[in-house]
Amino acid sequence: MITGRFLAKLDRLGIAFIILMLAVAIIVPVLALAIPAKSAFAIPPYVVALMGKYLCYALLALALDLVWGYCGILSLGHGAFFALGGYAMGMYLMRQIGARGVYANPILPDFMVFLNYKELPIPWWGFNFFPYAMAMVMLVPGLLAFAFGWFAFRSRVTGVYLSIITQALTYALKLAFFRNDFGFGGNNGLTDFKDIVGFNVQADATRAALFSISAIALVIAFILAKAIVTSKYGKALIAVRDAESRVRFLGYRVENYKLFVWVVSAVIAGIAGALYVPQVGIINPSEFDPGNSIEAVIWVAVGGRGTLVGAVLGAIVVNFAKTYFTGVFPEYWLFGLGALFVLVTLFLPKGILGWLSSLRRKPTPAPPASLAERSTIAEEGGSAQ
Amino acid sequence: MTIPENPLLTRSLLYLDGVAVSFDGYKALRGLSLMLEPGEMRAIIGPNGAGKTTMMDVITGKTRPDEGDVYFDGRHNLLQLDETEIAQLGVGRKFQKPTVFENHTVSDNILLAAKAPREVFATLFGGARAREQETIDRILETTRLTDHRARLGGALSHGQKQWLEIGMLLAQDPKLLLVDEPVAGMTDAETAVTAELLREIARDHSVVVVEHDMAFVRELGVKVTVLHEGSVLAEGTLDQVSADERVIEVYLGR
Ligand SMILES: Nc1ncnc2c1ncn2[C@@H]1O[C@H](COP(=O)(O)OP(=O)(O)OP(=O)(O)O)[C@@H](O)[C@H]1O
Ligand SMILES: [Mg+2]
Repeated sequence: MITGRFLAKLDRLGIAFIILMLAVAIIVPVLALAIPAKSAFAIPPYVVALMGKYLCYALLALALDLVWGYCGILSLGHGAFFALGGYAMGMYLMRQIGARGVYANPILPDFMVFLNYKELPIPWWGFNFFPYAMAMVMLVPGLLAFAFGWFAFRSRVTGVYLSIITQALTYALKLAFFRNDFGFGGNNGLTDFKDIVGFNVQADATRAALFSISAIALVIAFILAKAIVTSKYGKALIAVRDAESRVRFLGYRVENYKLFVWVVSAVIAGIAGALYVPQVGIINPSEFDPGNSIEAVIWVAVGGRGTLVGAVLGAIVVNFAKTYFTGVFPEYWLFGLGALFVLVTLFLPKGILGWLSSLRRKPTPAPPASLAERSTIAEEGGSAQ
Repeated sequence: MTIPENPLLTRSLLYLDGVAVSFDGYKALRGLSLMLEPGEMRAIIGPNGAGKTTMMDVITGKTRPDEGDVYFDGRHNLLQLDETEIAQLGVGRKFQKPTVFENHTVSDNILLAAKAPREVFATLFGGARAREQETIDRILETTRLTDHRARLGGALSHGQKQWLEIGMLLAQDPKLLLVDEPVAGMTDAETAVTAELLREIARDHSVVVVEHDMAFVRELGVKVTVLHEGSVLAEGTLDQVSADERVIEVYLGR
């Protein structure tokens, strides 16, 4: 991961992506703030917020691609890490409301006053302090992923079974967060935010800044992910994806290889959630919904698994389509999403990016195309004799 | 990682005693005993289903036997270790069905196998060093894959995959090499080259080779162990075992 050596490895697509994202991070706020609203180039504030949301989803997709595309861990619960990061940010934002809440309690958020809390529960301590809250944004998903991965990878749970447990994880968290006595706002979640590090969360300038920060976070995460997957560690990771048991016979501690990328991925997902919450203005238990995690898998599949840039592209394209279709034919969106997934798996097994690069006739070492293929390879690796 | 070490129990590099394995009641190994001296090369023959591959599975930690002892290097009880630890002790393996990393180039396959620190942070921050690159070049040369170094493992022919796997073994530089059917599916010319390659490897490694191809075993010219129904039927030179009545009956006389 030494910079010089790394830059040499960065392909043209990667460089183009970084430049584009940085340009977007500058141009969008300028067009949103500095141009008169009547101008044809002006970007209305709601569009900035919407695009900021897409970038957070793109960051989640990148995190998912790191584990699924490069290590073969099909997580159906990445939404849990996203939501946990979101809750950590939400708790900070709640504490910032202070005495401006409906009940004007300087310490307790409104929902706690309403539920007759006498004092602030311990998990909420310190969340008024921004650096502490940001540390929690990364630590909570990271530690959960570490604990989960430690047991799952050590006991060699793989394939469909692992996917099912990740799904169960996010579902269990959803049920827990739904409960009022769990202490995180229950059903309603956390909302009515006022300000973030002293700036009004609703203000156009804050929105634009959050958008830029999301774009920059995406670039940093991309560079980090690219450095990981192009290192020798990344090569070993791809080897684990394709023939896990073979890697063990070469003397690699496969569970540690999985655990590292799993935790990194969960932390990135947590950051994505934390950037998402101030831009949408709410976090509630529905963010833990298993359906959200599955949607994220579809973004990655549509964009092109194991390409990083493809994951980002997939998240943006699918969510753009979602915004459009839910506006035009709200009832049919889910069918559309399902159809999209089926069509892509059938006709573009390597996703949009894989399809584009095959048009350019450049053979790329892409991962096994579909889930079915993936599982046969896993079996061959497992039963290699 | 620390691997438990016992006092020296045997001078043999590999020591199997009374190893029994059963799969759903079917006894794949029944009281298999075998000893390999340091530096020795041994050929193992036996009809299909004799338990040759299962024996390698036991040695490398893939299959846990129901009974018996397996010691490596006189000190290490392999039954207490997992695949990773056994590989790190210096036991390398070539699989019967060649398994290379299909989405990696030939040289990356060798890089991944090459003897080097295997911890996450070592591979994360350390790239291919000049010395590693030299090793890779040398092995590509030996296995005649230099011209194919940039091709993906999955794109190689069957014979080339076999050689690549042997190359990966060489890169790993283990004390003991377990080689399962290295010439299956090879042409006569390729087989001769492989025999030469293995003899070369055997100069500074201990090797166990499983093979059906008698011409190949003859070419190796080493001590032969005949397995039958999960235990040793005969041991000696190829001529000695070929003359053995029981061997003729169960194997050569088929
Ligand atoms: N995982 C397993 N489950 C059930 N039976 C197995 C398993 N592995 C091996 N066997 C059986 O154990 C017996 C020995 O198999 P093994 O693969 O060791 O034979 P082999 O000597 O390597 O034969 P070949 O020359 O065909 O490779 C065979 O009858 C095989 O069907
Ligand atoms: Mg066999």
